[in-house]
Amino acid sequence: MRDKLNDLASAAAEIATADASRLAELKVSLLGRKAGKLTELLRELPTLSHEERRTLGAQANELKKKIEADIDERERTLATPSGAGADVDGSMPGRQAWRGALHPVTLVVDEICEIFRELGFSRVTGPEAETEEYNFTKLNISLDHPAADAQDTFYVGQGTLLRTHTSPMQARVMETNKPPIRVVVPGQVYRRDAFDPSHSPVFEQLEGLAVDEGLSFVDFKAAIDYFVKRFFTRDTVVRFEPSFFPFVEPGAQVQVQCVMCRGSGCSTCKQSGFLEIMGAGMVHPEVFTRCGLDAERYTGYAFGMGPQRIAMLRYRIPDIRLFFEGDMRFLGQFT
Amino acid sequence: MNLSLNWLSSMLNRSLDAREVGDLLARAGAPVEAEEALHQDLGDVIVALVEKVDKHPNADRLSLCQVNDGSSVVEVVCGAPNVTAGKKYPYARVGTTLPGGLKLESRKIRGVLSNGMLCSAKELGLGVDHDGILELNTDAAPGTRFLDAMPLADHRITIEVTANRPDLLGHKGVARELAAAYGVPLRLPPFPGAPTDVREATRAKGAGAADGVEVRIEDAEGCPRYLAAVIRGVKVGPSPDWLQARLRAIGARPINNVVDATNYILFELNQPLHAFDLARLKGPAIVVRRAKPGERITTLDGVVRVPDGEMTMICDATTPVAVAGVMGGQNSEVSSDTTDILLECAYFEPRRIRRTRKALKTSTEASYRFERGIDLQSAPAALRRAVELLVAVAGGTVTGSVDVYPSPVHEPTVFLRTDRVAHLLGVAVPVGDIERHLVSVGFAVAPKDHRLAVQVPGWRPDVTGEVDLIEEVARLRGYDNFPVEIRAFRPSTVPDDPGERVKDAVRRLLTGRGLHETRSFPLGAQGSPEAVELENPMSAEEAYLRTDLSPGLVRALEHNWAVRERDVRLFELGIVFRKPNAGKRPVETLRLGAVVSGARTPSHWTVSGKALQYDRWDVKALFEEAAALAGAFGRVVEDGDGWKLEDASGRVCGWAGELTADRPAWAASAFGFELDVHVGQRRVVVFAPLPGTPPVERDLALVLKPGVRADQVEAVMRRVGAPLLETCRAFDEYRSEQVGGRSVAWRLVFRAGDRTLRDEEVDAVVKKIVGTLKEELDARLRES
Repeated sequence: MRDKLNDLASAAAEIATADASRLAELKVSLLGRKAGKLTELLRELPTLSHEERRTLGAQANELKKKIEADIDERERTLATPSGAGADVDGSMPGRQAWRGALHPVTLVVDEICEIFRELGFSRVTGPEAETEEYNFTKLNISLDHPAADAQDTFYVGQGTLLRTHTSPMQARVMETNKPPIRVVVPGQVYRRDAFDPSHSPVFEQLEGLAVDEGLSFVDFKAAIDYFVKRFFTRDTVVRFEPSFFPFVEPGAQVQVQCVMCRGSGCSTCKQSGFLEIMGAGMVHPEVFTRCGLDAERYTGYAFGMGPQRIAMLRYRIPDIRLFFEGDMRFLGQFT
Repeated sequence: MNLSLNWLSSMLNRSLDAREVGDLLARAGAPVEAEEALHQDLGDVIVALVEKVDKHPNADRLSLCQVNDGSSVVEVVCGAPNVTAGKKYPYARVGTTLPGGLKLESRKIRGVLSNGMLCSAKELGLGVDHDGILELNTDAAPGTRFLDAMPLADHRITIEVTANRPDLLGHKGVARELAAAYGVPLRLPPFPGAPTDVREATRAKGAGAADGVEVRIEDAEGCPRYLAAVIRGVKVGPSPDWLQARLRAIGARPINNVVDATNYILFELNQPLHAFDLARLKGPAIVVRRAKPGERITTLDGVVRVPDGEMTMICDATTPVAVAGVMGGQNSEVSSDTTDILLECAYFEPRRIRRTRKALKTSTEASYRFERGIDLQSAPAALRRAVELLVAVAGGTVTGSVDVYPSPVHEPTVFLRTDRVAHLLGVAVPVGDIERHLVSVGFAVAPKDHRLAVQVPGWRPDVTGEVDLIEEVARLRGYDNFPVEIRAFRPSTVPDDPGERVKDAVRRLLTGRGLHETRSFPLGAQGSPEAVELENPMSAEEAYLRTDLSPGLVRALEHNWAVRERDVRLFELGIVFRKPNAGKRPVETLRLGAVVSGARTPSHWTVSGKALQYDRWDVKALFEEAAALAGAFGRVVEDGDGWKLEDASGRVCGWAGELTADRPAWAASAFGFELDVHVGQRRVVVFAPLPGTPPVERDLALVLKPGVRADQVEAVMRRVGAPLLETCRAFDEYRSEQVGGRSVAWRLVFRAGDRTLRDEEVDAVVKKIVGTLKEELDARLRES
């Protein structure tokens, strides 16, 4: 038994110099499950006396470990390209795997929602096919007023339409929840606009709504300012100017210092130094009334912005159509 | 809305800076879209007097002029046929640069030195040449700056006016905002040569007369107020320079003095007017009524219109002569022969005008303003100013005017609680400031029991409630003058949409596997009878909402192939639509779709030859994993060459397999899947204790009869092998005649939680498994 062990040990010495095919043979002849020499030897162990079993068993197991390790190492050496392991060219490229990227609009939407989450906003979604009641009426938009012209609408039958903004969710959320309400609502909206580099008949919008007792214009300004500074940079200048949307009053348009020229004027901001990024304002009391909330008791603010436009500014994407093409060369840039 | 800075400036009696005005207007709610300096490049051109004209000694068509430029007399060669001694012309000295970049130098023309140039209108960028150089009808002394002598230098400011502020569609309304900002009074300057004794029109209930012309309102709903003035003895001709310059400055084309005067008032006071040729009005009368069946009118644009009974028409004694508030008719149009005019100054009901212009598919400067609501109260003042201007520029005299106003309405009063101002705006605004702000733009304010009674002027139809006044206060105080201050807030009670969690998980899975997220266009051609059709599509190719994501994904795949991208890995999470089952709204379902084609991993130099390509087994695994996250706890089962996902009730809610696409020869096959995203219960992971005992492995190679599926075999293994069988997984397939068809090898792992398994125990279980497989599936062990 002891001799056999020694024989095996010397046979195993060949491992260090064996080539790939010889190594494979040696692996089978020594460790093979059925007829491996060492395997057979280990099978004999139970026939030995208790004492012998202890010493020889330990030796045999040690030998097995050594042979396994030697074979392993030899295999690795043989696997290196230069064969001898001498001159490994570490400048050759490493082995990569595909890496997927989220859509830039998703990235922007997620980031916006995250920032508003810090201000206590939850994230909800709503239907894209809407009724005139939710898309217009409950939001104090009268179809026989010119204000409705800004929203050229696709209809899908029976007075149902494709929402022209995410604002119908203001009504849906107010009807089904009790204040304090703080939500952001990302989603796709539809308008009969022809495709051009900055317009698409289908685009993403992100709505925000906060309703509680005692919310004021100051709270509104602070929330928007917080968002802009978190999303862009801390020193971004934010400007609020009066504007008109039938469902807010006072209504505002929010502008940020141009991300391209930092306010000095360029083609992106049409030399104004500022970019319009959202329409917003205090929720119109008529909207509260139409959604079943007490307009005397509750106040609130709402805002809406276009994540595509914001993504275009952030990533300097020149054409909105790129968002819809599924071009691997485009999408792969956002990993 | 285009504004002339000079125009605004004349009302405020002060000079204005275009940039500053732009900023003020933006803060007032009318952002500037564009700003353009007009003719400022003519600053070096001066007025010069031609003292003497001689023939050029060496050229028949040229003249040699002695030109007095105010400081000296110089010689200028001129080629214009109309140059006349004793007249004044614009003159560009040597050194002056003209619009278009021409810099003048002294140079010899046919042997004679010419110093500068007498200019034509075209050379100054003022239009086209008619008679050669531009003859100036001015008292200005030679040497006067051309721009000082002629009212040309101006700034055009284009502002965006929101639908609630019709008052900003006229210069007066804009000037009112600027007057408030600067704290200066607003005054309309009188027109040079205007009569000073024009009286206010005579009030009448439902009908009245102006110098014998009957004016009657039969449709008071469509036309609550109609004023008319009769002016006799006008002479139609070109407008004076100042009037033409004003209109040109805002981009309007001068036509003749009558039309220009009405346009001027339109752009100044936001009051559309219409001038009828009185001689062509039958009666003579004006009847405001709804259109009658069968009536037609040819409008000024030459289009024959057939009005419906919902439209208000301005008629003479018999026929329509204008579509009220939209456009006049050719039958009563002012021409060069016109001497007597009936000038209309009316208020038409906004909705009526909106409906009419939509039905006629014609929008005009007039309809645009009526639709937004003009100033009902100020119509008499507007008519008076219009008459003054008309007489000033076209002559004639007012012989009568009437103000037919069946049901006069007062300016509305809105109450404002000052504490509500603080409540909504978040800062206390002193009562004095509130009053001052409101008064500055024309509201009349009176305190009344802890409130302010605010009278709303006619030009602000948008102000109907307390909150509108609060907005005015905020606006006039300046939005930027409110603090930015995060105050305590209560978090939302609205739960997050649970779908976002599922979408996130899916996105993590698939981007982790190397797929990019895409968003395809949700409109397309009809792909399914279930597709929802748009009533008013933009094109036939985009007339339906998608019912599936895969057409969009295949389009993206083909796009990539078209740009020679062969390795494509895309997924999309998006809404698909189907016709409503019940109710009105289409059924919306959140879907997940994916497509893969090409190399399974990026190429690497250690792997020679072609990289492994994606195949159906990749997509099966992706499908199963995605289904586990989002697939309603469904089951993936074979379906033809691919697979389908069945939910617990057996409903198919997804599929996977090879995709049909327009594939170039060099591209690899494409595979994809699509499934309904199901937002179920949140899955909570419960830790499973790590095993403390060793596993025992056994490999089984089985020869399967045709039709026997791997999942059947595994079902038997699991049933019979329980509880010791931990996992079983097929790891090899071998097909040959020798083995009698198809052989599949499984690795089975056994373990007991509480002890180390003995071989005999495992052998017994394996034997039982083999026996059962033989019995139930006629599968036998492969003999090697």
